[in-house]
Amino acid sequence: MLGRPLLRFVRKDTHINFMRGRFMGLIVSAVLSIASLVLFFHPGLTLGLDFRGGIVVEAQTPGPADFAKIRAALAEHGVSHASFQSFGAANDVLIRLDAGSEQDTQTIVDKVRHTVAESLPGTTILRADAVGASVSAELFRNGMLALALSLAMILGYIWFRFEWEFALSAVITLVLDLTKTVGFLVLTGFEFDLVMVAAILTILGYSTNDKVVVYDRVRENLRKYRTMPLIDLINLSINETLNRTLGTSSTVFLASLPLALWGGATLSGFAWTMLFGIVVGTSSSIFIAAPLLLFMGEGRLKRGAKSGKATAPSA
Amino acid sequence: MYYSRLKLASVLGVCLLGLLLCLPNGMRKPLPSIPWRQIHLGLDLRGGSYLLMQVDLQSLTHDRLQTLSENTRDALLNAHLGYQNIAVDAAKGTISFMPRSAAETEADIAALNALPRAVPNEFSVSKREDGSIALVLAPESIRTRAREAVTQSIEIVRRRIDGTGAVDPEITRQGDDRIVVELPGISDPERIKALLGTTAKMSFHLVDANPLHATYPPQGVSLLPMADPAEGGPLPVFDHVDVDGSDLTNAGAVIDQQSGKWAVSFSFDSIGTHAFAAVSQANVGKRFAIVLDNKIIEAPVIMSPITGGNGQITGGFDAQKATDLALMLRAGALPAPLSVIEQRSIGPSLGADSIRAGMISLGVGFIMVVAFMVLFYGRFGWYADFALLANLVLMVAILSLFEATLTLPGMAGMLLTLGMAVDANILINERIREEIARGRTPLAAMQTGFEKATSTIIDSNATALLAHVMLFVFGTGPVRGFALTITIGIVTTLFTTLLLSRMLMARWYARTRPTSLPV
Repeated sequence: MLGRPLLRFVRKDTHINFMRGRFMGLIVSAVLSIASLVLFFHPGLTLGLDFRGGIVVEAQTPGPADFAKIRAALAEHGVSHASFQSFGAANDVLIRLDAGSEQDTQTIVDKVRHTVAESLPGTTILRADAVGASVSAELFRNGMLALALSLAMILGYIWFRFEWEFALSAVITLVLDLTKTVGFLVLTGFEFDLVMVAAILTILGYSTNDKVVVYDRVRENLRKYRTMPLIDLINLSINETLNRTLGTSSTVFLASLPLALWGGATLSGFAWTMLFGIVVGTSSSIFIAAPLLLFMGEGRLKRGAKSGKATAPSA
Repeated sequence: MYYSRLKLASVLGVCLLGLLLCLPNGMRKPLPSIPWRQIHLGLDLRGGSYLLMQVDLQSLTHDRLQTLSENTRDALLNAHLGYQNIAVDAAKGTISFMPRSAAETEADIAALNALPRAVPNEFSVSKREDGSIALVLAPESIRTRAREAVTQSIEIVRRRIDGTGAVDPEITRQGDDRIVVELPGISDPERIKALLGTTAKMSFHLVDANPLHATYPPQGVSLLPMADPAEGGPLPVFDHVDVDGSDLTNAGAVIDQQSGKWAVSFSFDSIGTHAFAAVSQANVGKRFAIVLDNKIIEAPVIMSPITGGNGQITGGFDAQKATDLALMLRAGALPAPLSVIEQRSIGPSLGADSIRAGMISLGVGFIMVVAFMVLFYGRFGWYADFALLANLVLMVAILSLFEATLTLPGMAGMLLTLGMAVDANILINERIREEIARGRTPLAAMQTGFEKATSTIIDSNATALLAHVMLFVFGTGPVRGFALTITIGIVTTLFTTLLLSRMLMARWYARTRPTSLPV
């Protein structure tokens, strides 16, 4: 059954002139990234509990959640400044409080839990988290450190495996991908927390992988076609790897989609960010990384026999 | 392209072993004959509480400085040296004083340097610009104390938590001065927080009967507040510990026969019994204070010598308080207060929802990827799918073998691994297609396809591996679960794609010798 493939993305004799859109691609990307940077400074990322500290209590009330009643009950116990938010069903309520002193944070979370349970009998507390200010600062530092170190190691790896023109254009593309992801987070209002750092790292890893495959092919073709103009050679390489590029993005996309749809509150933000990152990472391999390589490598990239650091066989 | 039977058998053997290792996760009761290792569910999946507690460094420093300042006074007195304005600064970790005269400075420093040190280079002594002498604790020695305090505390924390009847608590050290307590099934950790937030240092002191000392306590007497302010104002209590609470052998909550109120009864070991008897014999008619964490629980008058080694505290307790105090006395005192700095608790219903969400996503995602591979790559897609299944089995097997903790992000990591894993098969298949299009024979096309795809497969997995190892090192909680499953997934992916699916394709070719490939 189904011994032969039924579908494929593009025919084997496909020759799309991607490089014709090289300026357009770069301009669109630059505009999006600059817009993202602006969004990053204003209004900025919504920091999650991990990084901001404070209290989050998630409760399920028997009927539709009555915010005013909970607010009044909390105020009676000396807890003000709480913000309320519904999520999912109408009887789910999310209560947030900013971090005070370490000790307060820990006592108030118990107070909130009890007040909510008492003021609305039959309420189930789904989750109650309290992160002190010192811990959140530390988690943030560690998250950024993980992000920075992984980026540095990925770059080091590409630099080691390819010539510098490849490495530099990959780096620039990754940074552009990263800024767009940040812009996406600001626009959607998804909370930036440790899980989101994991999503960004996965996107960066995936995006790098995608660029490595295209670059691998460019390098191989550089050896094969000594006289072909670089612009045609890059076009050829993208076309040759197009089925693979689209195939792998599809499988990763298909794997992330159910998480976005049914993964629940914890994972849906993560998964939507992944989906966005897959689209960005895939398109940037073609429209950003390749043109950058063209601009940087024109007349510079070595042709013919094994060149520079390129020693391993390529796909 | 040629794979021997032995190689085939060993690769399939590994997969089979993986399947065996997965089995314990589906069964409830352990079989006695095989090693039983299961994946643990993280707190986000099974419900429960996570507490991150920190040893109070300030209090440790303060305690040590207090002892050192007493030693300093004794040493200076013994050497007939004078001092003024002796001051303890716990925040800076210093003791400072003015020498009687500048001429004595050298002798003062020598006397202080001769003080016994708890660890080598615990403190340094120097003369400051204003002529005063300062003893400064080395930061390293405070850290050493914190490490020791954590080691002692873990044992006591465990005893206290066991006393509450919590099931499978996990208590681990984190860094120099922190303890992580994980309590599966307990979604309201308030009682445990209260139990762990109390040092429960109990001691027995004589009350200073001099009424003047109630306002101006002299050296060696401290004014301590009552635990229950309704019982009265602070009392002057001698610093000298007559009987130490650590000399208890047992404690329990009881109902007092006379008053009908809750009380905590205790019995001393032989040292405690002896000390208690001696003090009570010599001080009949005087008040004896029972002090817990620098607060007086009660200060009864000694009516007659107590020689049996048993006693009872009635401090206006309710049932819960009496039970908890008894529990803390049995478990022993903490060397320093522990404060909660991070708390996360998840109710059981949310955990169950998360498991369901994770399972549905994993199932749907797996089926979609499998369908994609078959639709786009036919027979070779089926082989890739078989390898994908083996990949999932091996991931679960390795997680079980390590008895790793599976979290919701961990399940997402598994799913993403599956999505990324077929990349290797896609690379190989696309390459074979190209080679066929160039007019190569099936054999040559497959050979070239395998060969050329290998370095790309390794490249792509290496970059992902680097990123996630970093995340594992610097991440905490559920995110580490994500990094762990992805890292394990990369290893299993390399095995299943570079060995298993290639082998299946090669065996198929060797068996049928087709004239054209299904690509």
